[in-house]
Amino acid sequence: MLLMDSSTKISFNRCIRDGDLIIVYERHDTMKAVKVCENSILQNRFGVFKHSDWIGKPFGSKVFSNKGGFVYLLAPTPELWTLVLSHRTQILYIADISFVIMYLEVVPGCLVLESGTEDFERTGINTLITVGVRDIQGEGFPDQFFGLADSVFLDLPQPWLAIPSARNMLKQDGTLCSFSPCIEQVQRSCEILRSGFTDIRTFEILLRTYEVHEWKMDHSKVDDGNSTACPPRKRRQPSREASVGDNASSPVIMARPSAETRGHTGYLTFARKSLNFHC
Amino acid sequence: MSENKPESGPTVNPRVTWEGCSVLLDINDGDRLLFARLSAGSTLKIGNKTFSLQPLIGCPFGSLFQVESGKEKPYLSRFIPPTEENNVQDEGGCQLQEESRDNRAIIDNNQAQSLTGDDIDAMRRQGATGNEIVEALIANSATFDKKTQFSQEKYRLKKQKKYAPRVLLRRPFSRRFLRVDALSLLLSMANVTANSDVLVLDMVGGLVTGAVAERLGGTGSVCNTYLGGTPYPMEIIRMFNFNNEICKRVLRCSVNDLCAVQNETSEQVSQHEDVCTMESQSDEKISLSVSTEEVHLSSKNGVSDLVPENELSTTGKTCKTPKAGEKAPKEAIQSWKENGFSSLIIAAPEQDAWSLVKDLLPLLTYSAPFAIYHQYLQPLATCMNNLQLEKMAIGLQLSEPWLREYQVLPSRTHPCMQMSGSGGYILSGTRAYSNTSQS
Repeated sequence: MLLMDSSTKISFNRCIRDGDLIIVYERHDTMKAVKVCENSILQNRFGVFKHSDWIGKPFGSKVFSNKGGFVYLLAPTPELWTLVLSHRTQILYIADISFVIMYLEVVPGCLVLESGTEDFERTGINTLITVGVRDIQGEGFPDQFFGLADSVFLDLPQPWLAIPSARNMLKQDGTLCSFSPCIEQVQRSCEILRSGFTDIRTFEILLRTYEVHEWKMDHSKVDDGNSTACPPRKRRQPSREASVGDNASSPVIMARPSAETRGHTGYLTFARKSLNFHC
Repeated sequence: MSENKPESGPTVNPRVTWEGCSVLLDINDGDRLLFARLSAGSTLKIGNKTFSLQPLIGCPFGSLFQVESGKEKPYLSRFIPPTEENNVQDEGGCQLQEESRDNRAIIDNNQAQSLTGDDIDAMRRQGATGNEIVEALIANSATFDKKTQFSQEKYRLKKQKKYAPRVLLRRPFSRRFLRVDALSLLLSMANVTANSDVLVLDMVGGLVTGAVAERLGGTGSVCNTYLGGTPYPMEIIRMFNFNNEICKRVLRCSVNDLCAVQNETSEQVSQHEDVCTMESQSDEKISLSVSTEEVHLSSKNGVSDLVPENELSTTGKTCKTPKAGEKAPKEAIQSWKENGFSSLIIAAPEQDAWSLVKDLLPLLTYSAPFAIYHQYLQPLATCMNNLQLEKMAIGLQLSEPWLREYQVLPSRTHPCMQMSGSGGYILSGTRAYSNTSQS
C-alpha cells in the first residue's frame, strides 16, 4: 500500500553511519552539527569522543568520552538547526519561522520565493531547493517566476525596493512576508504594500521560556507547626541520578520565567496580493 | 516539474472556490467572521437582510463583495476597491503636518445629520448604491467638514459598514482553541514535514490533526489516537477542504491498539470497529448543523481566541466531501509499531500531561521530537520534571508564545489596543535512547 512506502519515510530508526551529519547535544543550549567520520574525534569540555564509537549506534543515543562525560547524538531537524545556527548570525528563530510558515499557508507543492542569505549546502537540503545569487533590491526577482509563486518571503535591509517585483511573482491572492528589525523599515514597507496588496498586518512574536525546579517540603519539621521549604535544588539538564521515590518528603514542582529572555527579533509584516478584476 | 494534478501527489492550494467548498466570510474587514459551505442554496445574514452566496461560487479566494441594493432584493456583488482608496492613507500622510482641525467645536447631540431613515429608504427604492448613500450622508452632515482628517475617515468607514457592508471571501482558517502562533509552534517543534508519520492526541476538535495533515500535503500519515474506546470529535477537519489523498492519510487508532501485543490486537480491533461506525454516524449529524458556523471575535484582532456558536443554516443537504479519520488498517498499525512515529503532538488542554506522555512517548523512534500543548503551566512543569527524572527525553523546553499585532499607519503606528492574554504553554523535547527503555 502506497501509504506505507518506507523509501520516502522520515525515520530516525536506523543507526548512525560514517558520513552522516548529526547533531551533538551537549547541553540544552549547546549543540553542534558534526559530520561523522570514522577516524575523527570530537573534543569538548566533557572529554574526547571517538566518532568510531558512534557508528552503529541508534540516533538519540548517549555516548561517553574518555573521561566519562557524555553527550547525546541526535538526528538533524530544522528545529535543531535553528538552535545550532543561532550562535553564528542574527537570524530568525523558531517562533518567527513557524509563524511565518503557517501564516503564509505554505504546504507541500507550494512555490516559495525567498531572499536572504543562507548556507543551504551544509544542511543537505540543496536537492530540494534552487538557490540563485542576485541583487533582489536592485534587480527584483527573475522573470521566470512571473505569476507562479504562492508565497514570497523577504529578509532584506530595504524590502520596499523588492516589493513591486515580489507582487509580479505572486499568484492571485498569494501571500508575502517581510521581516525587518526596525519599525521605520516596517513603515516604509507598509506604505509601498498599500499599492497592490491587501490584508496588511504586522506582528511580533516571542517565546518566553520557563525553568522548572523542585522544592522539597521537609515533613519532619511539620510537627513544629512550621513547615519550611528548603531552598530549591536546581535541576539541570540532563538530570542527575535521582529517582522519583527517593526520600520521604514530597517535592513540589515550581516553574518561573527564565531570567534571560529575548526582547526582540524583528517585525513580521504579512500581506496578500490583491486581485485585479479581470483575473 | 510536474503540472498541478489535483488528485495525485502533493497538493497545491486551490485558488478559486467551488460548489461545496468551505470558506471563511470576513464581514466588514474583520468585524465578523463566519464559516460557510458554498452551495446554490446557502445564504448569509447581515443585519436583518439575507443574501444568497451563489455569486461567490467560482470566484478566487480574496475576492471582495459589496451589498448592492437592487430594485428588488439586495444582493452581493463582486467589487474592486478603487486604487484611490488604497492610497488615501498616503495622501493623508502628506497633509498631516498641516492638520489644524480638532474636535473642540463639535457638539455630539445627534442632530448633525439631516437625512432621515425614511429618506434613506426612499433612496434605496430608487436604486441608489450603497456608496451613493454614504456620500449623501456625508454631504448632509453639518459637522463633517469640522472633523479632523482621521475622524472623517472613521466616519466614512462607519457609514460604509452600515449601508454598504462588504464581504471578503477567504480561505478558511480555524483557530478556536489554539492561538495561531501556538498551533504553528506545535507543528514546528514537532518537526511536522512531508513524509512524516505523526502521532497526534487531539482534544481540540481536530484542529491539530487538520493542521498536521495540511502540512503533510498528501504524504506520510497522521494517526489521531485516543484513550479508551471512543475517538475524540474531529469535525474541524471538514473546514480544511482536503482532497482524497490527504483524507486517506488521516487515520484513527486507540492507544490500546497501538500499544497492544500482536495477539490482542485483532479482538480489540473488531470491538473498535463498532464504536467507529457509531461515531461516524453521529459525525454526519454534526456536519449538517455545523455547515454554517458563527465565529465571534473579541476584538478586531483576528488572531485572538475565537468562540464558536452553532447556527442552523439554511443550506439543506451536506455536499459530499471525502472523509478523513478512517480506522487505521492493520498494515498501518504494524508499520508504526516497527518503525515508530517520527513525531508526537499532544493537545489536551484539560488532561494531565504526564499520564499521556508516559504512554505515548515510547511509540516514537529515538531522537524523534515531540510537543505538548496545555492551557495551564503546572501540568507541563510536572511533566517536564518527570521526563528528566526518568531520562526519557532531552532538550526539554517549556515555553509560552507571545504575540502582539501592530497598527502601522502614517503617524499612527503603535501596537494594537487589544491583545490576546495567553496562548497557552508548550513543552517540547526529543525522545532519548536509554538502555532501560523498551524498543
